[in-house]
Amino acid sequence: MARLVVLGGGVAGHTTATFAAKWLGSAHEVVVVTPNSKWNWIPSNIWVGVGQMTKEEVTFDLAPVYKKAGITYHQAKAVSINPEGKDESDKPFVTIEYTDDKTGQIETIEYDYLVNATGPKLNFDATPGLGDGNGQMGDHTVSVCTADHAVHASHELHKCIEAMKAGTRQKFLIGTGHGMCTCQGAAFEYIFNIEHELNKAGVRDMADMKWISNESFLGDFGMGGLHMKVGGYVVSSKLFAESLYAERDIQWLIGAHVNKIEKGKLDYELLDGSTGEEEFDFAMLIPPFAGVGLKAYDKAGEDITSKVFAPNGFMKVDANYNAGAYENWKASDWPRTYQNPDYKNMFAAGIAFAPPHIISKPMSSPNGTPINPTPPRTGMPSGIIGKAVAHSVCDMITKGKNTKLHEASMAEMGAACVASAGKGVFSGTAAAMTVYPVVPDFDKYPGTGRDTEYTFGEIGLAGHWIKHILHFMFIHKAKLNPGWTLIPE
Amino acid sequence: MKKEDEINFQKNEQFTLTMMPGNFAKKLRTCIIWQAIRFAIINIKMLIVVSKSH
Repeated sequence: MARLVVLGGGVAGHTTATFAAKWLGSAHEVVVVTPNSKWNWIPSNIWVGVGQMTKEEVTFDLAPVYKKAGITYHQAKAVSINPEGKDESDKPFVTIEYTDDKTGQIETIEYDYLVNATGPKLNFDATPGLGDGNGQMGDHTVSVCTADHAVHASHELHKCIEAMKAGTRQKFLIGTGHGMCTCQGAAFEYIFNIEHELNKAGVRDMADMKWISNESFLGDFGMGGLHMKVGGYVVSSKLFAESLYAERDIQWLIGAHVNKIEKGKLDYELLDGSTGEEEFDFAMLIPPFAGVGLKAYDKAGEDITSKVFAPNGFMKVDANYNAGAYENWKASDWPRTYQNPDYKNMFAAGIAFAPPHIISKPMSSPNGTPINPTPPRTGMPSGIIGKAVAHSVCDMITKGKNTKLHEASMAEMGAACVASAGKGVFSGTAAAMTVYPVVPDFDKYPGTGRDTEYTFGEIGLAGHWIKHILHFMFIHKAKLNPGWTLIPE
Repeated sequence: MKKEDEINFQKNEQFTLTMMPGNFAKKLRTCIIWQAIRFAIINIKMLIVVSKSH
């Protein structure tokens, strides 16, 4: 009997574990280690953050689902990996620390195969004032990164709405809280959902709204933007993003690295080297992501963290980490199998794998401050990668270690994304987009880097319906309810 | 384009150089019949991209 240990129970980890358990059956063991007791459909946190959904609607308990799937579940966080074993034993193992009623208790779990799908550490402390100094979110801003954060954000938003109803003007500042953030899409959704809610509450004219982000142009989204065919033209997402912001009367500040946050104000540096200050009554700023801080040790107990993980804390996989300057970047730099190059029984999926480089053009201010979005690896790509990794591990277990691995390069897969711009069965809108491929391939598509036949976007009520249906579909799938395998990632 | 659709062009310097949807384009966004058609078309397009990605 082989044992697969999956670290993390988010989109990538949950997909890997559930498919592996289904394909391997009871002949082998699948173990999930995740510090959370609940699964969270993160895209719907946006609606929790404006009070249009409850935390209970976007989360469910993991334990009964894993019990149904025959998966061994530990509510714990992974602390370290010993891929060579230790002392007399060659058996690799992970060290975990429980976060449930056994909080603080340390345990080791041996494995035959390991999938690192821990997701990111929300690195609030990268910006003074964005964090509390202890790794948690600070007091000056809100977040929608977790369901609990979104509940708090909704509470603060409604305080602002009450203040506006009482006649006090409010300034809203939404975007990214550091020059190296990703997930601009979540902030994009949140600012338009707030605008929609303020309209519904009849207080829009009492609100000043501003977008602040590390993108060098609106509509970059960490993917270097996208081009789509509209009205016979091939046009940049920049034009459509600017149009939407102008239509909704939302100003923007781009190419911005937020370097300090205090109560009601923040300091920033722009790509041109200038600095400034913005005041706010309500700010939702996405933190930068980092690896969760896993350590790695060899058989002798020597620290090999830098061998297994990139400096940002994400696990090294089969990517080309020596691509050099931007001019030399290729689509083929991106990983295909997500197998660790040194330890063939270790994989990383979803946000946990170290990308070879960013997707957007790298930029920095004259002061040397890097200000560019880091690559998105969430949602559909995470799910597809998780499933491919599950396939590979299952084949290695059942067919032998040298079997051909399954591939899921982000430079060869597309992504469908639906960004809400306001919730309502008949009044809601969302931008429905697809990109193909996620990572542009300028050798294959010399003009835009992508196939414009399969890269498109439009805003409307249909997009909102799709996002709402996806909410129910993916929770249904994650709960392993009947027909779950038929729903694509 | 109705004048009220043009107001935002002058609200901010950033807004003057972009495009702004007119009343018809905005109405289409929430027109049930049109959006039902778009719903079907977008779903087909997304399914094609999903199928090419697996």
